[in-house]
Amino acid sequence: MINNIKKLAKNLSLSELRSGMKITAKELVNTKITVQYPEEKTPISPRFRGLHALRRYPNGEERCIACKLCEAVCPANAITIESEARDDGTRRTTQYDIDLFKCIFCGFCEEACPVDAIVETHIFDYAFESRDGSIMTKDRLLKVGDDNEKAISKAKSEDAKYR
Amino acid sequence: MMDLWQSFVAGVNESMPWFDGNIAAIIIILIKAIALIVPLLLTVAYFTYAERKVIGYMQLRIGPNRVGPKGWLQPIADALKLMTKEIIFPTKANIYLFLLAPVLAIAPAIAVWAVIPFDEGIYVTNLDVSLLYVLAIGSIGVYGIILAGWASNSKYPLLGALRSASLLVSYEIVIGFALVTVVMIAGSVNLNTIVSGQQGGIFNWYFIPLFPMMIIFFISALVETNRAPFDVVEGESEIVGGTHVEYSGMTFAVFFLAEYANMILMAVLAVIMFFGGWHSPFEGVPYLEVAFAWVPGIIWLLAKSTFFMFLYLWVRATFPRFRYDQIMRLSWKIFLPITILWIFVVALMTQLHIGPWFA
Repeated sequence: MINNIKKLAKNLSLSELRSGMKITAKELVNTKITVQYPEEKTPISPRFRGLHALRRYPNGEERCIACKLCEAVCPANAITIESEARDDGTRRTTQYDIDLFKCIFCGFCEEACPVDAIVETHIFDYAFESRDGSIMTKDRLLKVGDDNEKAISKAKSEDAKYR
Repeated sequence: MMDLWQSFVAGVNESMPWFDGNIAAIIIILIKAIALIVPLLLTVAYFTYAERKVIGYMQLRIGPNRVGPKGWLQPIADALKLMTKEIIFPTKANIYLFLLAPVLAIAPAIAVWAVIPFDEGIYVTNLDVSLLYVLAIGSIGVYGIILAGWASNSKYPLLGALRSASLLVSYEIVIGFALVTVVMIAGSVNLNTIVSGQQGGIFNWYFIPLFPMMIIFFISALVETNRAPFDVVEGESEIVGGTHVEYSGMTFAVFFLAEYANMILMAVLAVIMFFGGWHSPFEGVPYLEVAFAWVPGIIWLLAKSTFFMFLYLWVRATFPRFRYDQIMRLSWKIFLPITILWIFVVALMTQLHIGPWFA
């Protein structure tokens, strides 16, 4: 009986409603945590694995020597490589395709590469405008590498001491 | 009313013989209507913006901020979007009723404003039964929702319409009883008289003797306007939008306008009935009364209503939705007994002449 009256008094005082509204009122004036995406981005680890890129040496020579270790290690079979000896006797790729639909962004190709040729950049906001856009050809991979060389080498050097 | 019209017409005909007095009277009424409706619709537009902002802030987001500076043009972009969208008619719907429903929802929502006094002497019309008018016309709006559910010839709208009808039956009674207590104190159903009765500072406002009624009125107003946490008519999680399911483009926008106009009306009505309408809260306070004497009454009314409108958003951001049977229980087993009890309490207080309210 006493408990019922206590419960009734508590209900009629709307104490639970008031405590709920107190919380939302507090959040109303709290600092907002929204990241305004195109202008602001959340911080990214140097090890972040985004879109792939093929790098070049500073003299402009492409790094990849067509050893096909990445093709062998790729768990999703996303990499296709054809190679040929060039006129100067070195072996280079004639075809280096990564199917982004197959790729699981595990980063094994980057780990396997003996010459740091294939890397995964910090680019994560890309889109295709055609069906074959998912195949990153050698030209496109090299272009990504050329455009982002500075960011790639910075991330590599930041991560180097942990390897 | 008719006498006023005739004397006005006669006056115009006498002073300006080249102009028909009837036309002059109609023009003045039109101007009054436009002066009321345009700010009302603008308020509705920016109320939606405020809603998204306030709820966003309460959820630690920042809300719309892309269209125009700080997102100030967002409601205009929304309106343009809704106006240019295609209106889809369900094949088996009754098109006439389908189109009549939004009109039936918006017309009472705007017509009710005709009797709302914004300041001493500022109203479209001074009706002696204005509170009855508000309740009567206000409840016509629900026909729009019921008709929308029926005319859509679709199952979810029909369920929404049924829910809306039963909510109306339950909560119209509660609102009626809650307002009866105000009428008992004021001794009038004229909104102007009710506000005048609350003259003389914050302690003369009716919310002090009628505090429980004020809370019940506000909660019932949430139900009447189908607002969260009582938005079972729309019921997004069970009936995917209720009566609005089949409506698109401008037909949907009209329902939206009606809903928000009703929300603003309920906020203003709460202020008029319980919080002294246009009266300043500093009346009777020695220095503040003089310091705030320059503020026109309409500003006080709007400021107080803004608080209630904010309360709508605050409640929506805070509470989870009620289950349908819980809403019914709240009305019949809790609110109705309390309101009836309070009517007797008010009667007793009137007999004993308690406080400044029952003098």
